[in-house]
Amino acid sequence: MTGKKTSKKKKKTETEAKRAKTEKILEEITRPDKLVERVMKLTRRKIPEELREEIRRALLREVLDFSVEDEDALKEKLNEFIDKAKKIIAISEVAREVLPEGIYLELVTSLFRVNTRIELDDDELRTIRDDVVRTYLRAIVDPGEPVGTVAAQSIGEPGTQMTLRTFHYAGVKELNVTLGLPRLIELVDARKTPETPMMEIHLDEEHKYDREKAIEVARRIEMTRIENVVDVVDISIATKQLVIKLDPIMLQDKGLTRDDIIRVLSKSKSLAGKVNPDPDDPYTIIIDMPTKDPIKAQKFRDRILRMKLKGIKDIKKVIPQKRKDPETGREYYVLITDGTNLAAVMKVEGVDPTHTKSNSVHEIENVLGIEAAREALVREIKNTLDEQGLDVDIRHIMLLADMMTRTGVVRQIGRHGVAGEKPSVLARAAFEVTVKHLFDASARGEVDLIRGVTENVIIGQLAPVGTAKVQLKMDPTKIKPLSKR
Amino acid sequence: MMKEEKFIGAIKFGILSPDLIRKMSATAIVTSEVYDENGLPVEGGVMDPRLGVIEPGQRCATCGNTLARCPGHFGHLELARPVIHIGFVKHIYDLLRATCRKCGHLKIPKDEIDKYLNLYERLKDKWPQLARSLSEFVKRKAIKNMECPHCHAKQYKIRLEKPTTFIEEGPLGRLWPNKIFNWLDQIPSDHLRLLGYDPNFSHPKWMIIRVLPVPPICVRPSILLETGIRSEDDLTHKLVDIVRTNEKLRESIASGAPEVIVEDLWELLQYHITTYIDNEVPGVPPARRRSGMPLRTLAQRLKGKEGRFRGNLSGKRVDFSARTVISPDPYISINEVGVPIEIAKTVTVPVRVTPWNIDEIRKYVLNGPNKYPGANYVIDPTGRRIDLRFIRDLKAVAESLKPGYVVERHLIDGDIVLFNRQPSLHRMSIMGHIVRVLPGRTFRLHLAVCPPYNADFDGDEMNLHVPQNIEARAEAKTLLLVQEHILSPRYGGPIIGGIQDYISGAYLLSSKVTLLTQDQVSDLLASINYDGEIPEPAVLSPKRVWTGKQIISLLLPENFNFSKEAKISSGVLKCTDEECFWDSYLVVKKGKLLLGVLDKAAIGAQQPESMLHFLVREYGNAFGKEFMDRAFKLFLRFIEMRGFTMALTDIMIPEQAYEEIKEVVEEAKKEIEELIKMYREGKLESMPGRTLEETLEIKILDVLSKARDKAGERAVKYLDPFNNVFIMAKTGARGSALNITQMTAMLGQQSVRGQRISRGYRGRTLPHFKRGDIGPEARGFVASSFVKGLSPIEMFFHAAGGREGLVDTAVRTSQSGYMQRRLINSLIDLVVEYDGTVRSAYGELVQFRYGEDGVDPKNTSFGKAVNVERIIEKHVGWKK
Repeated sequence: MTGKKTSKKKKKTETEAKRAKTEKILEEITRPDKLVERVMKLTRRKIPEELREEIRRALLREVLDFSVEDEDALKEKLNEFIDKAKKIIAISEVAREVLPEGIYLELVTSLFRVNTRIELDDDELRTIRDDVVRTYLRAIVDPGEPVGTVAAQSIGEPGTQMTLRTFHYAGVKELNVTLGLPRLIELVDARKTPETPMMEIHLDEEHKYDREKAIEVARRIEMTRIENVVDVVDISIATKQLVIKLDPIMLQDKGLTRDDIIRVLSKSKSLAGKVNPDPDDPYTIIIDMPTKDPIKAQKFRDRILRMKLKGIKDIKKVIPQKRKDPETGREYYVLITDGTNLAAVMKVEGVDPTHTKSNSVHEIENVLGIEAAREALVREIKNTLDEQGLDVDIRHIMLLADMMTRTGVVRQIGRHGVAGEKPSVLARAAFEVTVKHLFDASARGEVDLIRGVTENVIIGQLAPVGTAKVQLKMDPTKIKPLSKR
Repeated sequence: MMKEEKFIGAIKFGILSPDLIRKMSATAIVTSEVYDENGLPVEGGVMDPRLGVIEPGQRCATCGNTLARCPGHFGHLELARPVIHIGFVKHIYDLLRATCRKCGHLKIPKDEIDKYLNLYERLKDKWPQLARSLSEFVKRKAIKNMECPHCHAKQYKIRLEKPTTFIEEGPLGRLWPNKIFNWLDQIPSDHLRLLGYDPNFSHPKWMIIRVLPVPPICVRPSILLETGIRSEDDLTHKLVDIVRTNEKLRESIASGAPEVIVEDLWELLQYHITTYIDNEVPGVPPARRRSGMPLRTLAQRLKGKEGRFRGNLSGKRVDFSARTVISPDPYISINEVGVPIEIAKTVTVPVRVTPWNIDEIRKYVLNGPNKYPGANYVIDPTGRRIDLRFIRDLKAVAESLKPGYVVERHLIDGDIVLFNRQPSLHRMSIMGHIVRVLPGRTFRLHLAVCPPYNADFDGDEMNLHVPQNIEARAEAKTLLLVQEHILSPRYGGPIIGGIQDYISGAYLLSSKVTLLTQDQVSDLLASINYDGEIPEPAVLSPKRVWTGKQIISLLLPENFNFSKEAKISSGVLKCTDEECFWDSYLVVKKGKLLLGVLDKAAIGAQQPESMLHFLVREYGNAFGKEFMDRAFKLFLRFIEMRGFTMALTDIMIPEQAYEEIKEVVEEAKKEIEELIKMYREGKLESMPGRTLEETLEIKILDVLSKARDKAGERAVKYLDPFNNVFIMAKTGARGSALNITQMTAMLGQQSVRGQRISRGYRGRTLPHFKRGDIGPEARGFVASSFVKGLSPIEMFFHAAGGREGLVDTAVRTSQSGYMQRRLINSLIDLVVEYDGTVRSAYGELVQFRYGEDGVDPKNTSFGKAVNVERIIEKHVGWKK
């Protein structure tokens, strides 16, 4: 069904990428861009700004197709293009006032692109321009449109088609990720922590393209405890010693040495001076214990083992993942993590904080503020739906996110949030915990002004939505016959 | 007959004061007796006739109205000792702790009270939420203070022993309700206001019940059982208990009984009144009927899905509705619904008699209620209803009709009705249809409207509602009609469109090989009442034959240009531009279908940016409806003409193919054996972040799914790639490549919870296997196909996988249903205002511009307000 849509889109970008790539290669061989640039610089005529890029591309195409060979021909072409561009802009001028910037630009660039390929006369240009304006004006929402209900239905209805299975692979084979309906419910509930907290860490230019460098950053981020690099631990009650034998493979994997660990251990006040390397074995550390009591010794051991060596709290695992830039086709690395800690990760050297994401909306709210939380909500909901191959217009999701965040904090959709904070007693009573709301309302002597939809339905009046929003009515008794003039 | 319209502007909540209860009471309840020995209700009992009429024909002793007009009247019961209202225990507790035990003042200094009160008054109207927080803050502050700042009395801790016992850990000891009443009575009004209470309408002292209102009888009607025994309502039972206990309490007080006995009775009265209000209070044993069923008292009546609020107020039962099974009818319009005559004769439309329609309406009245098309009722201008079932002389009634009468006539062709299928998940679940009265006993539905209703014909039932006034009918016609919902507001695209045979038919008709003789063309075009010109045939000699594309072109608008890849364009049939040998790139220029086939990508439902979408978008909903009505009829006629079926031979493969599949399976098995061996020997390398076992499972699953695909490929080789099964799969009409593989080659791995089936007996799934066997067969790999048939073991695994699917659906519907309820409840009040902003009904601003660009998703092309490229193609696409 509609699920195929996403893959189609992908294919589209793929072919586009392919085309961009071949163009690039050709460019490298002949350097026609230099030529085009020069011609465009040299001309005395003014090139319309909004079409400058299009003209450049069109010229480039001409050169690449070998339809023009020398510079003079190219100049002529440029003149021709400028004429066309000017005509298009002149015709589109009227539309400019009505249309939003983006659509206007799309209109002139598309017209120009088509006009270089096939000849269009003024009438046709005008028809297209008028149709674009008409289409835009017709697309505007009608006042009174119950957009909230439509949004709720548009997000809720596909819920029935979603899978319930919590675990799925989402690009990363190594991690389980909550997806589908449970994830959607989790987002709408505004839970403090997601079931599977995750981050997508982007790296700066220096570390992005090299696997080794990416891993280096990963090591800085991944939480490593002593127990992660230990092979064997022995408690020797007789000598009051804790003997830790390290695992050389793990050490290497985490990029640590014995000295690093000793340094970390010695930092703790209670252990200062009591940590010594074993002179006989390069992978063994001996710690003097403060006690002889075996139970206390075990506790001591556990405390030592749980000590943080390096990395960031809550980040349990970091996995580098190869990605491809759809535009340049260049490969780069991102880090996917199990567990989130946005504030700390953004500070890590080598991380590009502007592109780094967390899937915990609550965390984003704390670290980056409410607007970021809104963006994150929109993104996460959209991704969840897209992943299931369900088409839902972004506007519905934005409305939902706006409603959740409009008070400045992320509110849940439900009893303890948006629905529970309505000013109307009847609306709250009709949702959940009916009796409590009624008792509280009467204790406080609350007044329900009956403005919402639910209240009006309850008492059997028209709700101020859609056609019932119109208050203007005709009084047939006041109609006067048309006077003759 | 203008009726004055009154609107409810606001509803004020409050607590009834004892004075008010007495004032509105029709009688005091003084005796616990209900009926006397004659079976008549006792005056002063809980069934006192002054509380309202119960039997038809009687007149009310209080208001003098009959049953239909008497609203019922409250009575009252004077309690011998006050009791606490269970719903306000929390409030009473807070107030006791926040105010002084001696002077009743709020336990914060006077200047602070004034300051907060000032702030509170300013916040109250504009920011009720903030005002509430302020009250809460003041209350917490007051509770902390253990010495009254006004009279400097020492305060003691007050304990609440759930549910209704208050104890002061000080000189007062147990706080009986009368003590609490006096305490609350002392609190100054200003202090109450600051705490968020309204002393005029809900003074906290009224939270202590001294006079109990007794609800009218019509709230708690008694039922007369067949045996002639009267069965009382739960509330009446409870009231009798209360009155009886109250009597006893009063007597023992009057007779000077020991305090312990009085207190016991007092507690009992408290219990009865508590359960009378709410029978599900934690810590209170619920009052039960003799059968052991807990009583359904006041709170229970309001609560929950079937309670007053959700069951009777948010959703109401209606008249003029019908429900029956649906069945398909491709010959009606998508705008129509077929209605059985029986239903048409039962649900009616009220029509006002005018000089212009009087003759027509007379005919209906003459026909009466039993002959279709007739009428069931005549209402004269005084509002008198004449039931035509009991009128012998219909002619006289028909004669008496004058303008101003209203006749409730039967449903006739052309009426508009609302049609609905549950679950009503989106607005397309209720649409307006035009009535077609048809013989038979089912509703008839056009197949193209199945997707929005999510309907099929395996026994689905649907509901029909008849709008009863002109306003409603006008709205239904302009807003709810099916054609207005072809485009879905969920995404910019059509939700109504071709399904199943429509797609196969369109494909076959538009296919290159379809050549039609004059007879066939006439037959096809006659089926859609085509009355235009027939073009010159594409082939003139040796025989004049038309292509299917020519016929389809007759339905397209003359200036329509369109081009898009068809659904079948994949694999070897892939085409991305007009130069297409495989006919898999659709090209329409100037209304002529030049190239390509119509399939799901062109006319399918739920396909944004398809040919159908742009036809509807650019030529309007009415054209879209017209196009679908005609084109779909044509496709069906053609598929009937040609014949289309699915035979067993379509999916049968020769013995040789089975050999090949066997090879594939053997190969996979070997590979898995290898993997298991590696695993056992510890040579298997685990994937990062996975355990060894998980790695093995993932690898095995990978091998098995590849094996199935490979087997599918092998099997498909032996099938005709243009047989009917493939046509359905490729065009998107029904089924997929996977379905074909499962039918011909093998089912493949069955899974439960995304894993191979692994549970059952100890160490094995079934006793047919060795313990610890983790080979393919032992874990639910099905190597047979549906054609070949499954072995018992395979069938078991297949059933296990299938069962999970069923459970999954059941769980999912409840979960997503609840989510949707919450979503709707949260967003229901959001509306686009005239200034383009989105606001809630309470005036809260949510978006400055709807969706950041003010564009209705319904009017977009897959999210884009204007698809400039499409518009260019639309106008000059023919030039390419």
